[in-house]
Amino acid sequence: MMTLVSAVLSGVYLSLFRRGLVLFAVGVLLALVLNLLQVQRNVTLFPDQVVATLFSSAWWVPLCCGSAAAVVGLLYPCIDRHLGEPHKFKREWASVMRCIAVFVGINHASAKLDFANNVQLSLTLAALSLGLWWTFDRSRSGFGLGITIAFLATIVTQLLVYNGVYQYTSPDFLYVRSWLPCIFFSGGVTVGNIGRQLAMVNVEKSHND
Amino acid sequence: MTVREKLRQKISAGFYWHGLLCASYPVPIILFTAVCILTCCYPLLKLPLPGTGPVEFTTGVRDYMVPPQEPSGDPGERPDWYRGPPVAYIQQVLVKAAVSPWDNRLVPVDAFRSPLGRVFSLLDEIRNHVHSDSSGVRSLEALCLQVTDLLPGLRRMQALLPEHGCLLVSPGNYWQNQRELFDSDPDLLRTVQQYEPKGLHTSATLKDLLFGVHGKQTGVSLNSRNRVVTYTITMALRHYDVRFLGSLRSRLKQLHPSANCSLREEHMVHVHFKEEIGVAELIPLVTTYIILFAYIYFSTRKIDMVKSKWGLALAAVVTVLSSLLMSVGLCTLFGLTPTLNGGEIFPYLVVVIGLENVLVLTKSVVSTPVDLEVKLRIAQGLSNESWSIMKNMATELCIILIGYFTLVPAIQEFCLFAVVGLVSDFFLQMLFFTTVLSIDIRRMELADLNRRLPAEAGMPPAKPGPLRPRETPPPPRPSPHTITLQTPAFRNLRLPKRLRVVYFLARTRLAQRIIMAGTVIWIGILLYTDPAGLRTYLAAQVSEQSPLGGAGLPHLAVAPATPPPELDPMPPPIPQISWGPEDEEGWRRLSYRHWPSFFSYYNITLAKRYISILPVIPVTFHVTPREALETRHPQDTRHAPPLQTDPSPNALPHGAPVQTDLTLYKVAALGLAAGVLLVLLLFCLYRLLCPRNYGQNGVQHGRRRRGDLPCDDYGYSPPVSEISPLLLRGHNMDIECLASDGMLLASCCLAGQIRVWDAQTGDCLTVIPNHGRNQGKSSAVTDLETLGGAEGQDAGGAGYPVRRRAAPSRPTLFGDQPDLTALIDTSFGQQPPSQAPSASSGFDFGGLVERAYLEHEPSVSPVFSAPPPQPVQRRRSLGDQPMAPTDWDSAVWALELRGNLIAAGRSSGKLEVCLWDAVEGSLRCSNEDGVSGITALAFLNNRIVAARLNGSLDFFTVDINKPLGLLQYRGGPGRGSMPPSPCYSSDDVISCQLTRSVQCAHQKPITVLRAAAGRVVTGSQDHTVRVYRLEDSCCLFTLQGHSGGITAIYIDQTMVLASGGQDGAICLWDVLTGSRVSHVYGHRGDVTSLVCTTSCVISSGLDDLICIWDRSTGIKLYSIQQVLGCGASFGVISDSLLVTGGQGCVSFWDLNFGDLLQTVYLGASSEGQGVRQLVVLDNAAIVCDFGSELSLVYVPSVLEKLD
Repeated sequence: MMTLVSAVLSGVYLSLFRRGLVLFAVGVLLALVLNLLQVQRNVTLFPDQVVATLFSSAWWVPLCCGSAAAVVGLLYPCIDRHLGEPHKFKREWASVMRCIAVFVGINHASAKLDFANNVQLSLTLAALSLGLWWTFDRSRSGFGLGITIAFLATIVTQLLVYNGVYQYTSPDFLYVRSWLPCIFFSGGVTVGNIGRQLAMVNVEKSHND
Repeated sequence: MTVREKLRQKISAGFYWHGLLCASYPVPIILFTAVCILTCCYPLLKLPLPGTGPVEFTTGVRDYMVPPQEPSGDPGERPDWYRGPPVAYIQQVLVKAAVSPWDNRLVPVDAFRSPLGRVFSLLDEIRNHVHSDSSGVRSLEALCLQVTDLLPGLRRMQALLPEHGCLLVSPGNYWQNQRELFDSDPDLLRTVQQYEPKGLHTSATLKDLLFGVHGKQTGVSLNSRNRVVTYTITMALRHYDVRFLGSLRSRLKQLHPSANCSLREEHMVHVHFKEEIGVAELIPLVTTYIILFAYIYFSTRKIDMVKSKWGLALAAVVTVLSSLLMSVGLCTLFGLTPTLNGGEIFPYLVVVIGLENVLVLTKSVVSTPVDLEVKLRIAQGLSNESWSIMKNMATELCIILIGYFTLVPAIQEFCLFAVVGLVSDFFLQMLFFTTVLSIDIRRMELADLNRRLPAEAGMPPAKPGPLRPRETPPPPRPSPHTITLQTPAFRNLRLPKRLRVVYFLARTRLAQRIIMAGTVIWIGILLYTDPAGLRTYLAAQVSEQSPLGGAGLPHLAVAPATPPPELDPMPPPIPQISWGPEDEEGWRRLSYRHWPSFFSYYNITLAKRYISILPVIPVTFHVTPREALETRHPQDTRHAPPLQTDPSPNALPHGAPVQTDLTLYKVAALGLAAGVLLVLLLFCLYRLLCPRNYGQNGVQHGRRRRGDLPCDDYGYSPPVSEISPLLLRGHNMDIECLASDGMLLASCCLAGQIRVWDAQTGDCLTVIPNHGRNQGKSSAVTDLETLGGAEGQDAGGAGYPVRRRAAPSRPTLFGDQPDLTALIDTSFGQQPPSQAPSASSGFDFGGLVERAYLEHEPSVSPVFSAPPPQPVQRRRSLGDQPMAPTDWDSAVWALELRGNLIAAGRSSGKLEVCLWDAVEGSLRCSNEDGVSGITALAFLNNRIVAARLNGSLDFFTVDINKPLGLLQYRGGPGRGSMPPSPCYSSDDVISCQLTRSVQCAHQKPITVLRAAAGRVVTGSQDHTVRVYRLEDSCCLFTLQGHSGGITAIYIDQTMVLASGGQDGAICLWDVLTGSRVSHVYGHRGDVTSLVCTTSCVISSGLDDLICIWDRSTGIKLYSIQQVLGCGASFGVISDSLLVTGGQGCVSFWDLNFGDLLQTVYLGASSEGQGVRQLVVLDNAAIVCDFGSELSLVYVPSVLEKLD
């Protein structure tokens, strides 16, 4: 019996670790790609150095994003479990992939589209983010957590920019861009979606090993 | 609401007719759709092909005018980008300089030092050139493109590129355009080379930029073959002033005349650059495409239960793609030219349009009853989903419409494409995909017919399954995940996923091919782009080795490398400066990113703009050896020795091998690194993919070896880990009912005899005989046998040799039982237990059994001294209730066991519930209130629920006349770990009272009854499931959703309720709300048995398939083909261990992967008997019926392995 318990426990932690690892990787990848998109907004033609500097100079950005993704992705299923309302809406990988694609699309829009003014851009992105949540999540916990994440992450970026760690080209919301919370919100929802799906897969396969 | 309903009905009807149409005329409709697609895509031919290469347009210099901003009259000639002034006019001064005549005193550095030094004077010349005429005085400063700062990221180049002034570059920039710096530079080559990027590069380098010609043409190297130095002075002009340029040209030509120069200075070339897609820009694009492919993969993976998964997946993808093409084509047709980057928005369009509808359609059609005609199935499936499809489409259109009103042009265009794409996608779904689906379903039904016929003939079908990605040639099956369990010899393993991936890789040799192709490409790139140039080396080698100096051979050998004209086979001793037509447009040799990167350093983009390149101004310098010697730097001579000793052309191979050796070393080092990386990668792959548990393979291997042998071949010796079943023998007839509470096991055979076994040891504890006409004799025998069994009166041993192999632990316990197998009508034994009601008419075994016992009589005669009625009397005296004489000649239809009480429901009209003391075999009470046969029993706590044939439901309460607190709990000897179950001592008075009878619980006979978690669930042939509360027998829900009688129900303590019906459907219900959670069609024919685990639902059907479903999504994970007639026999031991019954064997499966873990053969000669019932006990043992025997199989070894 003891061996069984310990096996189950180690299985749980192992799966937690694995999930965290996967989420971390996803976060790092998304951060790199989306950062590149943001860089492109300012630079239209690339000397070869940009790719190199992107990977070398701001090495902490992908790491931070990866850790944040791991935390958020583990937090979502955890909160679901504690609230006792397991997320059952569109729980399949195809939907998750769609969600990621829409998230990248939102980032793409924020970086590539030419809007008349910042308010319009921010409003469009906010609508898109809400649409993302409505299409792929539709849970109150997801919404709340997304809002919290957006709030916290925006504060953190404000602090970072305030302390001069990096800066935005044309800040219009204190020190950052006003669409940043929308991006954070949709990012939170997306990563949460991935995390929930991973958790579900893990629950299904927890008895394999 | 009514409008909505009407709309809904109309839509549904419309879809229905449409489905009928599609399924009726598939070929014409597909042809029509194809024609539509092609028509809509036709305008796409007009669109320019995507590409990022620059486009050129050549005009004459003489009548050049700055093109107007607005497109003018003759659009045929001029490209539409040729509008307005260019970003810049590029004027290059092409300088060719050489030391002539070449002197043996000179060192190689001299070949380029003084020629390069001439650049400074030339620069001064150009800068100071002033043209003055009537319109004023013009200098270069006024005309040139003024640039400001370099980009912040290019601080490194700050010293080299001009800032805040004219954009004028020349090799002199290496030395800040100062002659003194140049003269004092000890190593010119290092200065030039130090800014070159390392490794692979495809874009412009600084050397190309400053020299203005391709790196290999410059001649600035130690092993230059003809010692002619070529470079340009490049200036970018803002304005085109023909007179200034003309005067500059004539002045330079006059100062430095070029003999034999025949450049035609007539054309200026305008180069238009498309939007640049760099690596950095490609990464997000590639990412979106990867996500897109993942989305398509995960979506199409859900297509199931069709003939060809791949075909349908392809059809789905074709639907989406051609709808996109159609949308672009239609937009073009109506005059909307796409301005967005098509490649970028394409993935998002696919995601917006989505594959969902297609999948929903497939699922809906597949879920329709299989017995319908194909046409009707398609029509029904379509009309079922019509409402949701229309609703989704309306929602999407609304969202897109909202997006259209953002009034951002890019979003508006995207929305426009999306709308047209959505509509054309809908069109294609309705016409194209539906038709393809109907064809597929028809094919499946045909294939199904083919499959069914030989299967019924007892032959495994032998059709090739080309789509099966498997290594071993498996028998074909309808679904790719089905596991055939045809006969033991044909059993195959379902390989784990990782192994299948490996097999796939191995079969296609994918990895090798990719690696080979990659290596070839990589080497090619290395060779082509390496500046040190294996190419030049090769060219040099070839020309060296051709002693004849033939014209043809070297040119053939170096043909793709565009041999420069200076590359004569025999280098002339005197450098000759020759001008050829290729010098006219020397910039063409440069990378096509040369100009964009040149301007991008100053944050000027050339994307979607153009530059005009003016004809070059040729300048020739001839430097005398004396001048060269004068300008020599003292350190230049240290390069001399290797060359001075052998200044003839033979010396060249010395220089070249040094470089090529370096290149070779580089290649070798890179190759080594790549190899090491590859080995590491393969090692990781191996660790990841290889099964960790080799012992499991061993078991599988052994089992398969066993399977290949005939079953009664005794030459086989089982491996040590083989599970040996324990045979419980004693019944004379085939076993009909089995019940267990974990500790005890009750079984009832067709003869009506009930035996109680110890589930741990397999001891037969009690025998409760049938009270038929022969009740006296048989009960007496069995009773006394129970009492005297331990003495082991082995009477039958001699006369009736034991045919079956006895279990080793108890060889003689039941030896006294006369062997009745010879008397059993085997055709009766074939009767499946699910048709037990048909046996209710009764088969009189009395005569046969009596005769057998009479033959047996002499040896057991002492026992028969007691008068026959005595046992009945004794039983009456024990049971405190008076027992009415009843018709005992009725079959037991239902059996339940709790604690030490057995409840049996009989088929007879009167006696319904009888309770026996399981240990002593005494009848404790019975109830005969009912009139109809009991079809199902549930025994929970102290309540018994009986379902009857007439659809009524009776609730009984078992009362013990003893305070509950005094209930003893039975802790059996030596089984301390088992949970205690309530025990009634023999002197307690037990009464069973009918508390409530629900007369019309169902309209038709109740077929199944299950009780758990305080609920009683009944399923009936009237297509409904009802949920009752056990305490007050109040009906909570009536669950409707099946279109056939209910045949299987599962409910457990966690309130999971699943039901299966005759329509092959499985429904999952929420017991708390009574709502249907999910609904899947999985079987052709009745669902015979259902079990849920935490993650999946396992169902079996009359089609002898065991299907494993994902509980949350309703997706079929895989299915297992069972032996004919053994379909319903399976059980779940743990969450990951499934056991199924087969032909004389039971098989253990890993539930998560569908791997066959082990097969246990129950007897040596077991051909004819299949395992029809299987009960899983709490202590990880399983009991299965095996003809007239029971087989007890412990599975501890499997459990250990799984933990």
